[in-house]
Amino acid sequence: MIRDITIGQYYPAKSCIHRLDPRVKIVSTLLFLISLFVQNSLLGYAAATVFLGGVIRASRVPLKFIVKGLKAVVMLLMFTVVMQLFLTKGGDVLADFRIFEITEKGLRTAVFMAVRLIYLIIGSSIMTFTTTPNALTDGMESLLRPLNRFQVPVHEVAMMMSIALRFIPILLEETDKIMKAQIARGADLESGNIIQRTKAMVPILVPLFVSAFRRANDLAMAMESRCYNGGENRTRMKPLVYKTGDYMAYAVTVIYLTATFVLGRFVPFHLWIF
Amino acid sequence: MSIRLEHINYIYSQGSAYEKHALKDVSLEIPQGQFVGIIGHTGSGKSTLIQHLNGLLIASSGALYYNGQNIYQDKYDMKSLRSQVGLVFQYPEHQLFEVDVFTDVCFGPKNQGLSKQECEIRAKEALELVGFPEKHYSQSPFELSGGQKRRAAIAGVLAMRPKVLVLDEPTAGLDPKGRDDILDQIAQLHGQTGMTVILVSHSMEDIARYVERIIVMNKGTKMLDGAPREVFSHYRELEQVGLAAPQVTYIMHGLKERGIDVRTDATTVEEAAEEISGTLHFLRGHR
Ligand SMILES: Nc1ncnc2c1ncn2[C@@H]1O[C@H](COP(=O)(O)OP(=O)(O)O)[C@@H](O)[C@H]1O
Ligand SMILES: [Mg+2]
Repeated sequence: MIRDITIGQYYPAKSCIHRLDPRVKIVSTLLFLISLFVQNSLLGYAAATVFLGGVIRASRVPLKFIVKGLKAVVMLLMFTVVMQLFLTKGGDVLADFRIFEITEKGLRTAVFMAVRLIYLIIGSSIMTFTTTPNALTDGMESLLRPLNRFQVPVHEVAMMMSIALRFIPILLEETDKIMKAQIARGADLESGNIIQRTKAMVPILVPLFVSAFRRANDLAMAMESRCYNGGENRTRMKPLVYKTGDYMAYAVTVIYLTATFVLGRFVPFHLWIF
Repeated sequence: MSIRLEHINYIYSQGSAYEKHALKDVSLEIPQGQFVGIIGHTGSGKSTLIQHLNGLLIASSGALYYNGQNIYQDKYDMKSLRSQVGLVFQYPEHQLFEVDVFTDVCFGPKNQGLSKQECEIRAKEALELVGFPEKHYSQSPFELSGGQKRRAAIAGVLAMRPKVLVLDEPTAGLDPKGRDDILDQIAQLHGQTGMTVILVSHSMEDIARYVERIIVMNKGTKMLDGAPREVFSHYRELEQVGLAAPQVTYIMHGLKERGIDVRTDATTVEEAAEEISGTLHFLRGHR
């Protein structure tokens, strides 16, 4: 029942994007997101479309999945677009509703804001679709390591993150089981007013918390008995190492960035958005 | 009074990357009062199958009849089905939540809308049926031993007075003594109440001496279905799917291969011992 949430989910497949070092994917995604917000020419967006399309193809994640992820944020998207449409002023007036009017500039900004947001969501979900949560935190830890100098406990934070991520599916599964067990004992979770429904959650939440604490306890014990005591002097079983493919991926990203920059700077004026 | 499954298929997370065809064209009928064992390797679909019996999972295709009525028809009373088909999940102690054992066992009957008095009568009856010691009634369920917790949880389902009791691996994680105690108790329960009892296990040894019928699941399909001795006679096929017949089956077949004319269909150690000593007697007499 609860298991059908797809946002931020990993999509297992064998593709060159899946195989990339997580650091490459994090850095490239960040650069891509930034590029979306600094450029404002039509050709720049064309380049972004080509880049994103190419990555989607290469990742072998079905388009259906990517679109499913968009559905979750469709409300936010609509809201932003509508706000932009009515509140941005400038250029010719296209439609006049007395209280508000739609201007040429408003329309353009709204359309491009929508494109930006959609690309932003697709871009970041490609990263989570192709990278396991554990690989992501490993990549983050490795990228943020320089912050150690400023007394930021990078390893500890990364470890907490990966444990939390690891436990999300386990707790969801547990919730599912406990819900079923209580329904089998005649618990009614669906009907009644808000107070009755809240009360009906008790038989689910108590066992869930008990089990979460039990698991936390077991995990702590297991980590301690393997002499875990934080990040200092800790080495990895599988250190992150850049391979040829990773350098090539960086190269592709750099080419894309250069292309958008050049296109943004030197295209004829009438192709500009604002 | 029976449960009938016709061509049941079940697919988890249909249409996603994690799609899993967990039940494939399963058909079977379980008459009222039977003591049935469902056996299969981990992941063979046992738990998925039994969750269909009380409508917790709805088949992707196929039909399920309880007492001749199709439970997938519109307006079928699932709540009443759930109180008639009691399902005890694996590790049922993970569902305990009340401040004391007795109140927890009352949860089921309370949900059935019974009076407080009636709930208490049923809770007491259920706790007695599973052999739960009275001195622990008012203890917190979280302070009990593993075996006692499990008894309390089984009582929680029994208190609803189901006509069919389904137990998913009731012995998982118990020590050998706790395991035998629980199984003996369940067998006794079946004898006393005339309930249909469906016992899920991944160990032949566990259920061989209790049940009158064994259903073997393999990779989501029903592989074998019959009386224990009949099922065990397919011991080579069972081995191929990672299950084993009870050890006595191997001994009897071994003896037979070496030329001692014993019957090979004994299912328990006692039966086998009797058969062997009988045959030896016979052979001596003929020397
Ligand atoms: N909630 C679920 N979502 C997806 N797949 C599941 C779920 N529950 C079980 N499965 C899969 O269905 C198959 C059958 O599982 P299950 O019925 O639990 O087997 P058993 O009880 O015989 O060990 C397994 O491959 C399992 O991984
Ligand atoms: Mg199971």
